[in-house]
Amino acid sequence: MTEAENTTGVEKARESSRPKWGQMIAWVVLLLLLAIVALGLKRTQEGPVSVGKKPPAFELTTYQGEIISSADLKGKVVVLNFWASWCVPCEQEADELEAAWQTYKDRDDVIFLGVAWSDMDTKAREYLDKFGITYPNAPDLGTRTSQAFRIRGVPETYIIGKDGLLAHVQIGPFSSVSQITALIDPLLDQ
Amino acid sequence: MLRNFQLTNRQSPITILLLILVSLAIPVTAFAQDADPTAPTDDEVNAIAKEMYCPVCENVPLDVCGTQACADWREEIRMKLAEGWSEDQIKQYFTDRFGDRVLAEPPRQGFNWLVYVVPPIAFLAGVIILIRGVQSWRRIEPVSVGDEPSPQAEEIPADDYVERFEEELRRREQ
Amino acid sequence: MIANLGFGALTAAFLVSLYGIGASFYGMRQNKPAWVDSARNGMLLTFPLLTLSALCIIVLLATDHYEVEYVASVTSRSMPMYLKVTALWGGQAGSLVFWSWLMSAFASAVTLRKWERDREFLPWVIVVSLVTLAFFLGLNIFVENPFTRLWQFPSGQVIEKMFQPAASSLFYPRDGQGLNPLLRHPGMVIHPPMLYLGFVAFVIPYSFAIAALVTGRTDDRWIRLTRRWTLWAWMFLSLGLVLGSRWAYDVLGWGGYWGWDPVEIAAFMPWLTGTAFLHSVMIQEKRGMLKQWNMVLIILTYSLVIFGTFLTRSGVLSSVHAFAQSAVGPLFFAFIGLTFIASMSLLFHRWNDLKARAEMTSMLSREALFLLNNLLFIGILMVCFWGVIFPLISELFTGQKVTVGPPFYERANGPLMAGLLLLMAVAPLSAWGHSTIKTLGRAVWKPAVAAVSVVAAVVFSGISNLYAIIGIFLTTFVMAVTLYEFGRGAAARGRRHGENFFLALWELIKRNRRRYGGYIIHLSMAMLAIGIIGIEIFQSETQGSLRQGESLTLGEYSMTYDSLAVFDAPDNRNVARAVVSVSKDGKPVGELYPRRDFFYDSQQPMTIPGVRSTIEDDFYVLLVDWEEISTRSATFKIYHNPLVKWMWLGCWVFIFGTLVAAWPEKESGLAPVLASRKNREAAKA
Repeated sequence: MTEAENTTGVEKARESSRPKWGQMIAWVVLLLLLAIVALGLKRTQEGPVSVGKKPPAFELTTYQGEIISSADLKGKVVVLNFWASWCVPCEQEADELEAAWQTYKDRDDVIFLGVAWSDMDTKAREYLDKFGITYPNAPDLGTRTSQAFRIRGVPETYIIGKDGLLAHVQIGPFSSVSQITALIDPLLDQ
Repeated sequence: MLRNFQLTNRQSPITILLLILVSLAIPVTAFAQDADPTAPTDDEVNAIAKEMYCPVCENVPLDVCGTQACADWREEIRMKLAEGWSEDQIKQYFTDRFGDRVLAEPPRQGFNWLVYVVPPIAFLAGVIILIRGVQSWRRIEPVSVGDEPSPQAEEIPADDYVERFEEELRRREQ
Repeated sequence: MIANLGFGALTAAFLVSLYGIGASFYGMRQNKPAWVDSARNGMLLTFPLLTLSALCIIVLLATDHYEVEYVASVTSRSMPMYLKVTALWGGQAGSLVFWSWLMSAFASAVTLRKWERDREFLPWVIVVSLVTLAFFLGLNIFVENPFTRLWQFPSGQVIEKMFQPAASSLFYPRDGQGLNPLLRHPGMVIHPPMLYLGFVAFVIPYSFAIAALVTGRTDDRWIRLTRRWTLWAWMFLSLGLVLGSRWAYDVLGWGGYWGWDPVEIAAFMPWLTGTAFLHSVMIQEKRGMLKQWNMVLIILTYSLVIFGTFLTRSGVLSSVHAFAQSAVGPLFFAFIGLTFIASMSLLFHRWNDLKARAEMTSMLSREALFLLNNLLFIGILMVCFWGVIFPLISELFTGQKVTVGPPFYERANGPLMAGLLLLMAVAPLSAWGHSTIKTLGRAVWKPAVAAVSVVAAVVFSGISNLYAIIGIFLTTFVMAVTLYEFGRGAAARGRRHGENFFLALWELIKRNRRRYGGYIIHLSMAMLAIGIIGIEIFQSETQGSLRQGESLTLGEYSMTYDSLAVFDAPDNRNVARAVVSVSKDGKPVGELYPRRDFFYDSQQPMTIPGVRSTIEDDFYVLLVDWEEISTRSATFKIYHNPLVKWMWLGCWVFIFGTLVAAWPEKESGLAPVLASRKNREAAKA
């Protein structure tokens, strides 16, 4: 009996030093995990880039090979439209967007930019031809731009004011030309 | 090369027509091209698509995804194959276009190594913990080697009935 | 009105749970059992309240009350009645109510048991279950209220609110948006309830474990008390997983049953720890070892249940299964953090009380092999967890989205699962305490010879895939060992009692239900493994475009495209249904009807395969594409899936095995045994 008690005594002494390390590691792992999940959660909760904030920077190479970066567009109203050739709602707004562009194309303070999301080049070009779209369009290489804007689908349109701040986010298609111009016109006088 | 251009051209009117006719749900294939004996077969396309994922339908492999976007992607694979691209080249092309997410596994480089390295390390750690645990158990109570474990309810005043009940259960199950 | 009633019942249940938590604490502190009893009654009361609330939702769903936002979002007029009713768990808010309802059913059942001998556990079991319940009810009341209605202002603006805002009137949409088409399947009617049952039932053993930790009664009493609960929980969870696979196989049109999708894995992870727990508790019961580890396992299981629910519902992970993004995420996160930290603190607080009191005598003993089994289960868990969480980490640190798909999981888990099969074969033959190579070898050689001869036959028949040979060896080994155990036990009993073999077998199983039920489950796992080996290693596929009358051949099978019809079905979908005739070795074996449904309201397509299933193999046809209007030609993808049916058959065996092991036993059955033992003791004295 005494021997057994002795062993438990020895046990206790040994145990008191060892599990402390184990506990520390367990706590660190747990907290790291919670931190990662928390960050991930924060990201999903943020939703799209918020209006009134500075939108993420981007650099796009258009289908014509021209490089357009957000830095070059300072002082302009930018209409950034995410679309895809396989997307039916995108087709609903394609004519409206082009018509709206026609009214602004001669001004140098408005630019329309289309970004094709998860789209094949051949199909995207066919789409652009089909709707006779004349404003610059670019593939979203590495899905970087769409990820930066945290888009949730197509079509989504981001209108950036002359001050470089996001002025409007349109989820889903525009229904008319006037809807587009009504959003852009107030920004021209900034 | 020339033949492939024809292929694409011939395909486009059909595609446009169908795009107008059908919604995104119904995939499009140009049936005409099956007549071409050197054209890549569906199976060749699927073999590559099986290991790819498109951002539109996350977690569904490209070969079975039903959306129009995925049908377009498969079509692109077919065209690249017809142009003589290898599987690796095609995958690289898609990765450059759409990022690492198109691959079924993260490419083995840089930060991604973590995904491959951590599980074996964790498993090894588990093995070590297990071995050390077993060693420490071997050292416990070198005196009382018996068939039955000693009753454990030391902490609380032993309830006679419960203890016998417990014992009995233990015996019954052996 | 019904909505108000339902919401009232829900709120009442929430308040009662809060009261129960408080009363239980107070009763414990002040040592006033009457308060604890009151808390217990409160717990019992939640069940009828939640039943009423759930019934209200069902009535609203069934009677097209589209002014209720939840009803409008998950049903539409064209849906059949059974789908309208089961839409209770088709959306976030309703399924949370359903979750709480099941939870309260389990909690009530557990409070109804006899508590005389375990009084000290009662308040804590009540607290833990009611905290869980109150959390889910809180989610319902404050964030995801299924009774929120649509109100219209004179200006035309429509808002969602529970109670009528001033100057507004109820808004009645003409029709609802309808249920997600993927969920419109009979399999989906039972898959979520099974999964939820499994999830909520694990709350019970967890709450007992916490009660044991808090009260310091850390012997194996809590394990004995919850053993059956755990088995039931485990059975429901397993069934939920299998039904989910079946649904994927029948509806998703992947040609497969399991895609290593993050949400699938989220449900699989508690199953892994739960299975490890079921095994390792036996070591504690028999040998008094692994007390700490069992606590870790049950805490992990509970946390993974909550974590899995969180992953599915918060939108952190994208998946075909995920619910729409919602505000429940942060609350869930807080709850997870709280339970994790509280359980871990408690566990470390009691760490030294949970020390083992027996020694490990042999590395080949049953307990050592069980430890290995636990190591492998935890290994698989690690792989799964890491695979699920890595895309999140990668996106946070590098900004790159990555996919961790089936190749990763298959490569990492394959060897671990093979190891589990090997253990399943060897462990039942090893002895508790002492076991040596010699004793083990003597027991193992006969089944091993049987398995080797089967493998020899298989190799001789021309199969040369190494993985397949290993897999077939392991599964036949498991089956041989298990059947051998039955045979050996029955024969020994027959000799002793002079019973014939079948009577002896019957009596043997009846008297050792847990053990032999477990073996039956092992058999079912081997059957499952056969199905998995069949589809993973021997699946073949081909795709081709056919004109009407043309055929596509795959192995011994060939299919001919006969016709295709495109039409609108009454429930607002467009159906393209092909008729193909299938022949095997040139002999016609029947027609199949693969189809593609397109749902107008949600703009989603769905590919339903045509499947001919036999014990030997499945022939699985998908309609990929067709030529519009003329339907002269169509593209089909066909799969040959050998042995898959064994998975679904194994599922029945599995249910049977669990029932054998878990069916309630009358406690009074113990009385004679106890009496005889007492007599013996008296005689000895």
